[in-house]
Amino acid sequence: MSNTSTEQANRFISLKDIKKSSFIALWFMFLTFPIMVIKVNTVNNTVEWRWANMIIIGVASFILSHVWRLFMNRRDGKLSDEQKGGQTVEKLTLRQKLDQKPVVAKSLSYAVLVLAIIFPLISGMYQTSIMITALLYVVLALGLNIMIGLSGLLVLGYIVFYGVGAYTYALLNLHFGVNFWVALPIGGIFAMIIGILIAIPVLRLQGDYLAIVTLAFGEIFRIVLENWNDLSFGPSGIANIPRPTIFGLDLNVSQATNLTYFIVLAFVLVTIFVIKRLEDSRIGRSLVAMREDEIASEAMGIDMGKTKLVAFALSTFWAGVAGVIFAGKTTFINPSSFTMWESILVLCMVVLGGMGSIPGAIVGALIITLLPEYLRAFSEYRMVIFGVVLVLVMVFKPDGMIPSIRQKYEFKKKPESNMKEAE
Amino acid sequence: MLKIENLETFYGNIQALKGIDLHIEDGEIVTLIGANGAGKTTTLMSISGVVPPRNGKIILNGKDITGTAADDIVSMGLIQVPEGRRIFSELSVAENLDMGAFLRNDAAEIKRDMEYVYQLFPILAERRHQHGGTLSGGEQQMLAISRALMAKPKILLLDEPSLGLAPIIVQQIFDIIKKINQEQGTTVFLVEQNANQALKIAHKGYVMETGRITMSDTASNLLADDEVKKAYLGI
Ligand SMILES: Nc1ncnc2c1ncn2[C@@H]1O[C@H](COP(=O)(O)OP(=O)(O)O)[C@@H](O)[C@H]1O
Ligand SMILES: [Mg+2]
Repeated sequence: MSNTSTEQANRFISLKDIKKSSFIALWFMFLTFPIMVIKVNTVNNTVEWRWANMIIIGVASFILSHVWRLFMNRRDGKLSDEQKGGQTVEKLTLRQKLDQKPVVAKSLSYAVLVLAIIFPLISGMYQTSIMITALLYVVLALGLNIMIGLSGLLVLGYIVFYGVGAYTYALLNLHFGVNFWVALPIGGIFAMIIGILIAIPVLRLQGDYLAIVTLAFGEIFRIVLENWNDLSFGPSGIANIPRPTIFGLDLNVSQATNLTYFIVLAFVLVTIFVIKRLEDSRIGRSLVAMREDEIASEAMGIDMGKTKLVAFALSTFWAGVAGVIFAGKTTFINPSSFTMWESILVLCMVVLGGMGSIPGAIVGALIITLLPEYLRAFSEYRMVIFGVVLVLVMVFKPDGMIPSIRQKYEFKKKPESNMKEAE
Repeated sequence: MLKIENLETFYGNIQALKGIDLHIEDGEIVTLIGANGAGKTTTLMSISGVVPPRNGKIILNGKDITGTAADDIVSMGLIQVPEGRRIFSELSVAENLDMGAFLRNDAAEIKRDMEYVYQLFPILAERRHQHGGTLSGGEQQMLAISRALMAKPKILLLDEPSLGLAPIIVQQIFDIIKKINQEQGTTVFLVEQNANQALKIAHKGYVMETGRITMSDTASNLLADDEVKKAYLGI
């Protein structure tokens, strides 16, 4: 039965497809006409008609649209195959295959870990520095994932909490000489407090409204930083923030970078561990319950207000700590590091990777931070390629690269441990 | 056990409840019947604190609970099974049940209660690791009831448990409701459009029309009443 549908999916040309593609080609030719065909020569005051361009655009958009349609057919064919197949011919995703072979999955993750640990030793300082940034975004994506993926709260100004952490360290150090290690937890806790303060007025908002209000908070934060010169030194920012050191050693830049790398790596591991525990705990499940149905949750005695505050607190802490590390890494911060664009970038990471999925957030963050870095060779086209990659992933993997599979609750197998976690 | 006096609830400036009085004794099954849009769901939502009433009094075991937060009301043993089941589809059956016990910390007893509901609905035990969303409608209703039972209700509020279910499943669900009432002594307040079935297992019934109670009597009297027969039993 799967034969017929794959045949359908594989058919290369049908009349309907040609019609559609031709229409799209015509439309694009029309749209691009003013910029691609007409060229005013200001020296001779003449108009050049570049008809060749029009033909190129027509042909290119026809081919692209056709290839696109072909892939879409394939995808839809695959979907209907899966539906028809039911339990018998269920295709396994990579994730499911790995879940079935825990040994492979385990050794794979150890391999990645070893690679991550030796990374700064085998690569230069520049690469290490890029990787630090990437790992900081991994933490941000994991933290935002608690809010968006797990709790279903669409919060857009998440980078604010990163900024709070960074400024906490910078200012505490400037005024009181507080060192990196002391600032680390303070930055996290301070971000958490700001998170709760922002959460209180928006407790009753949902969906789009929550997104808009938190976006506004993000902008307010940046504007305040830019204008409150006495506190934040405005757009000129704060410089000479000390890099992290250890045992009071005097490290050179390269050593400090390596140290920062290991701090971030350790912090990523801690974050993953804690969030994994959270997902399997009763608090984590109440966040999922809130995301799924607020009324049912309330009927079960789960207080929506408290649960939202918990989600904010649990999520913003990580951004705060990451912010402290960021300030220590760059030694200079100013408001332009904490713009709306950054918030949206972190959101993209979560969505691209797969909402609510830990490996998804990690992969999403790595792709979005590293891809533009390594696409530098393509200079001005890199953002276009980046955009195309995002669109492609969303079309072909709408649930993200690694969609979440909620861990099953095995009551019978290990009742003791589960009951303890449940508390 | 539960006494409601002159309850008025608004959605914005639309008045959904226009002064309701209800009286539910300990250990009873009381049913509230009425057509679509009569205000039955609103009544339950007001009682359980999800949609707070504007006027009136809700007295649970002699204590005025009007305006009390929903989670506090749950911890007093008044639990609602909301209309349309509203189970958590991405949580497994066992996790759904655990959410029902959200306010409890007595691990051993939670486990015992879980075994009890698995006994009531063996199909749930079979499907305990399955996600709630993959259950059939009947199974979801069983899960919704079980989830509420996990909260150790003294009084259970059920909103149209028969909605959209096959007659044979409806029969099964009503049998279980009766069983819970008899075995556990749980007081049941049953909202239904399926008046015939509801009145058969209930001790007492109320009839509701556009935000008002229009009739109240013993279930058997209502079953025999001409007007009820005409309007709600289709006889
Ligand atoms: N969330 C809401 N917002 C505004 N009006 C509502 C809302 N829910 C219910 N209503 C209105 O309140 C009235 C009673 O509804 P409801 O309690 O759901 O009735 P029933 O459960 O008996 O079908 C109806 O007129 C309905 O339109
Ligand atoms: Mg209703």
